[in-house]
Formats: sequence, C-alpha cells, structure tokens
Amino acid sequence: MWQEGTAVDLKTTITAKSLKNIFFPQIENLLAFERQGQKLSLEQKQLPAEKTIAFGVRACDIASFNLLDKVFLKQPVDHFYQARRENCTLIGLACSEPEETCFCRTFGIEPASPTADAAAWLVGDDLFWQPKTTKGEELTAAIKDLFTEAEGGDKIVAEQQAQVQALLDKMPLAGFALSDEECSKQAEIFESEVWEELSKTCLGCGTCTYVCPTCHCYDIRDYEVNDKVERYRCWDSCMFSDFTNMAGGNPRTTRLARFRQRYMHKLVYFPANNEGAYACVGCGRRLQKCPVSLNIVKVAKALGVTKNV
Amino acid sequence: MQKIEQLIKEKARDLLAAGQVTSVIAWQKGEMFYDNAPGYFDNTEELDALVYNAFCAANLSKYLIANTKKDEKTAVFLKPCDTYSLNQLIKDRRVQREQVLVIGIPCAGMVDINKVKAQGLKGIIGITEDGDNLTVETAYGTKQVARAEVLLNKCLACKGSAYAVSDETIGEPMAVKHAPYDRFAVVKELESLSPQERFAFWQEELSKCIRCNACRDICPACSCEQCLFDNPESPLAGKANNNSAEEQLFHIIRAYHVAGRCTDCGECSRVCPQGIRLDLLNRKFIKDINEFYGDYQAGADADTNAPLLSFDVDDVEPGAATKGRE
Repeated sequence: MWQEGTAVDLKTTITAKSLKNIFFPQIENLLAFERQGQKLSLEQKQLPAEKTIAFGVRACDIASFNLLDKVFLKQPVDHFYQARRENCTLIGLACSEPEETCFCRTFGIEPASPTADAAAWLVGDDLFWQPKTTKGEELTAAIKDLFTEAEGGDKIVAEQQAQVQALLDKMPLAGFALSDEECSKQAEIFESEVWEELSKTCLGCGTCTYVCPTCHCYDIRDYEVNDKVERYRCWDSCMFSDFTNMAGGNPRTTRLARFRQRYMHKLVYFPANNEGAYACVGCGRRLQKCPVSLNIVKVAKALGVTKNV
Repeated sequence: MQKIEQLIKEKARDLLAAGQVTSVIAWQKGEMFYDNAPGYFDNTEELDALVYNAFCAANLSKYLIANTKKDEKTAVFLKPCDTYSLNQLIKDRRVQREQVLVIGIPCAGMVDINKVKAQGLKGIIGITEDGDNLTVETAYGTKQVARAEVLLNKCLACKGSAYAVSDETIGEPMAVKHAPYDRFAVVKELESLSPQERFAFWQEELSKCIRCNACRDICPACSCEQCLFDNPESPLAGKANNNSAEEQLFHIIRAYHVAGRCTDCGECSRVCPQGIRLDLLNRKFIKDINEFYGDYQAGADADTNAPLLSFDVDDVEPGAATKGRE
C-alpha cells in the first residue's frame, strides 16, 4: 500500500510476490465469538469498503485476477473477495522489459496490451494512458489535469509493443506451448510414471503456492484466547502435509501425491472445469523462486503435454 | 569448472555401471542458464543432464536422510561447505554413514543470480564462465560481470577447500576469491543497538515473511520427522502470517533449535523468496557459542561432544550471571 513519501518503482517487471493479496489477503478475520457465562455472541466482520487503485499491474497479474474470479465470484460468491475486487480500479502497465522467465504468451496474454480499467505504457519518461472501462474513464476524468493529449501516441505505443514481442521471441521459453488435447487426458497424466522422479527433490515448502498469482487454496482456523475466538482464513498450500486433512483422514499422504495435485490442478482439473483455461499465467515467479528449481515448464515437458509452435 | 563436471560425470558413470551405488545425487540442468537443481541419477543414460558450474549452490546433504532409510547405497557429490552439513547429520544420527559414498568436489564459489540481475541485467539468455569473470548474454546486450562481485553471501564466508567428510575427492582444491568479509559484522552492529531498536529491526525484517517454510525445509539441521509447526496436535501449528507474533515465534524457535548444529551453510537466506537475512539469527548463536565456549564449527567432526550438549563445571553461565538482563 502506497504512502506519502514511498518511492515508486516502475522498472521492475515481475514483483517477488504476486498481487493476489490485494483481493485475497494472506490472512483475514471472518468472524469473532465471545462467551460470557451462558451467552455466546457472534460478530461477523464487515465487508471491506475502502476504495483502492492498483497502479502498474502487469498483464499476467491482471490475467490472474480473471482466473481467481472464476473461483471466488462463482456461486457461492465470496463476498470479501468480491467487495475488494469491485472497490478497486485496476491500472495496467505494459511490459517494456520482459524477463527470461516470462512466458505469458503461452496463455494468450499480451504483455504490452494490458486489459484493465485503464492501461498505461511507459516510454522513456512519458507515461501514455488509455481508459478502457467506465471505472477507468471515471478515474481519468477525476485526474484529467495530470494529462495532455499525446500526439502520435498510438504510433509510439505500437513501436514499444512490437519491440516487446521481438524481445520475447528471444527468450528461452518463447516456444513453450501446452497441448489442450494432451492436457485433457486426466487418467493418463495422473498415472504417469514421471511424478515420482519430478517430486523426488521437492522440499514440500510453500514457496511456489505463495508466490503464485493463481494458487487460491485457503484454510479456515480458529484462534482462541480464553473465552474469545477469532475465526480467520489464511492461504493454504497443497505442498503442506496437513493440506485437506479432514475427519476421515488425509487423501494425500505422500509428497508425490501433493506435488502431483498442484500440477494436476493447474494443467488438468482447472481447465476441465473452466472452459479450458489453465491455472497459470506464465509470470515466471516459480521459475525465479523455487528453492530447487522445479516449475510448470519442467513438469509439462516431462509429462509430454507440450506442443511445438 | 567444466573439467570438474567431466570428472563428476565419469565418476558417476563408473559407479552406476559397476552397480556400486543405486543412485547418484548431483545437480541437473534447468530451463535457464542458472537454475540448476538437485537431481537423482539412477542410470548412466540420465547423466547427460548432470551439470557442475557456478550455479550449483544447492546443498545436497539433506537428501541423504531419505536415502539412507532405504537399504541401498547412494553416492553424493559435495562441495567443501556441504560436507559440514552432512557430517553434522551423521553426528545427529540422521544419516547412516556406511550407506553414503561421499565424493568431495572443489568449488570456486557459487554465483548469486539475484546479484547478477541487480547489476541491471534482465532477460538473461546465456552465461559463460571465464576465469574470474562471467559473460552474461541478455536479450538487451552482453555484459561482463566480475565473479567476486556476484558471489552468494554464503560463499563470502567460505569455510575453505578442505572436506569435513569424504570417501574420495575429485580435482585440485580451488580458492574462493573475494574481498575480506567478516561474517559477524552485521551481528555486531545489531548487538550495539538498544533492545528497542533491535526489536524494531527484527519486526521489520520478519514482517516480510510469507510463512512458506522454505528456510526450514531446505535446512539440513531442520531434520525433525514432523516439525512442531506442522503438527496439528501442537498449539503452534499454523499457516497464518501474522506479523505481530507468529513469524517471530517461528523463526526464533527455529534458530534456537538449530543452535549448535547450524554449520552456517547459508541455505536459509539463499532460498528465502523475500530476501530475509535469516542467517543473522544463526550467526548470533554461532558468535555467542564461539565467545562462551571457544571457537566451534558445527559439522567439523562427527564424534566430539558439542558445547551446547555437554556440561563442564567451568562453563560460563551468561544468563544466570546477569539474570537475563543486560
């Protein structure tokens, strides 16, 4: 959250953590209980009402919100997520310097054409701005004194867009593409022999799931002090040994099963339930942050669910 | 280091072909030019993917815990610093010594890709090692980087070229070249602060924590079958990041638990996705142990009694002398 005096960095392409916490905070109180003698009082937490602006969001992170919407805005709607999402005006910032770990184009994302409430392009010291939705137009009108009409702006932006495409063509993951047909073979992928080899070096930490913009599993727990209880939810990770542990036991008792779950979810289950959309936006955070360099590219190649483009 | 890589491959091939070991643990090529990862090699065909260069920082010792639970022999290639971690695991009886074939390999210091990137390099599409320099090819141009300037922090505190434990060694010892470095410098600075200032420092540092547990899971000294923080029966099991208490408790308990066993391998800080200087907590304990009991290096041997696990009537009692107050 920006505060007066904080320096703004528009150069970083990919932030260490994803931005999902602006709509889906890592920890959030939902309900409070208090026992007074024979009486139990309940207090439901208020929905967040604060209006926010997210400025400088990259196309991959914007795409991740569209995927999270498929989870949280489906019935039953998650009202906390919905309130934050609706109260936020998103300003996309086109990528100008992609990194070697970037592969958003694999998922049809255009890094230099962010689809938000308003889009911005930074070219040299000039910031080009284009409202895209009613929300974006309202914001633009409110701060119109900051803008001047950009002459030849379209051409300058188009040049940058072409440059970004040319840069991405040079990156190591430029040819990485998934095969929809292969990814639909659920049973075959589940039974694949490669999971054992792939999961052998996995540490079982939660780095991948916590830096990932599309991982969205959470746990609900109670924090109890004397007669007061706070019921909160917090991010969970399928890498953790107690993930989906329930009264009847734990369906995934091995690291292999947990590791497999994460990639089955991204490559198979999520697309099967969401019109073919993979639960990945190619931001490359896991490629940068996994302590033992495991990632979806390595997994997809080993499973043979890629195709040549 | 290319020559060493060749020697490692030959050694691994011989061991697997002769059936002397069931598997070999080394490093395998990644998707980029710097993301080499720990890897198991169970047959000679897999050895093409084996790699050894400036991006093989991962300490492979901890994998031996799982391997020695099986009835088979495993070969592992360890850099000098990694051998201290394995030796400590042997001392802690978490690894069966006779089930491991330890092959020591020389190291000239490992490179921190984040330091390379911090020099303004993005879009890295190739890296070649050239003596004391690295040539980094990016989508935006090519640049030379001095290796000494981009070494991992853990390599600045290099323990030297000797192996704490090994059955065989490969290649000639190498030296890690860098400017003089005092691994306790920041610890001393923190000690000079007031308790309030120090608290503020750690609160700020630990508020970055996302509770991914990477520091714990990579740590060779964190070898509990089930961590207290994962045990549903424990009141401390929790996944929430709550910067008023929970991360502080987690990191401080962890530091206490590895005190005296931490070899200062630096893996915790290396893998922290948030860049938290967790090594400082461990180094504070190491510095105190050195001052109170004489210089001690965990993992240097596998049989002597460690200072925190033995009692001597002459032992200092710093807490008792000051009643915990400064």
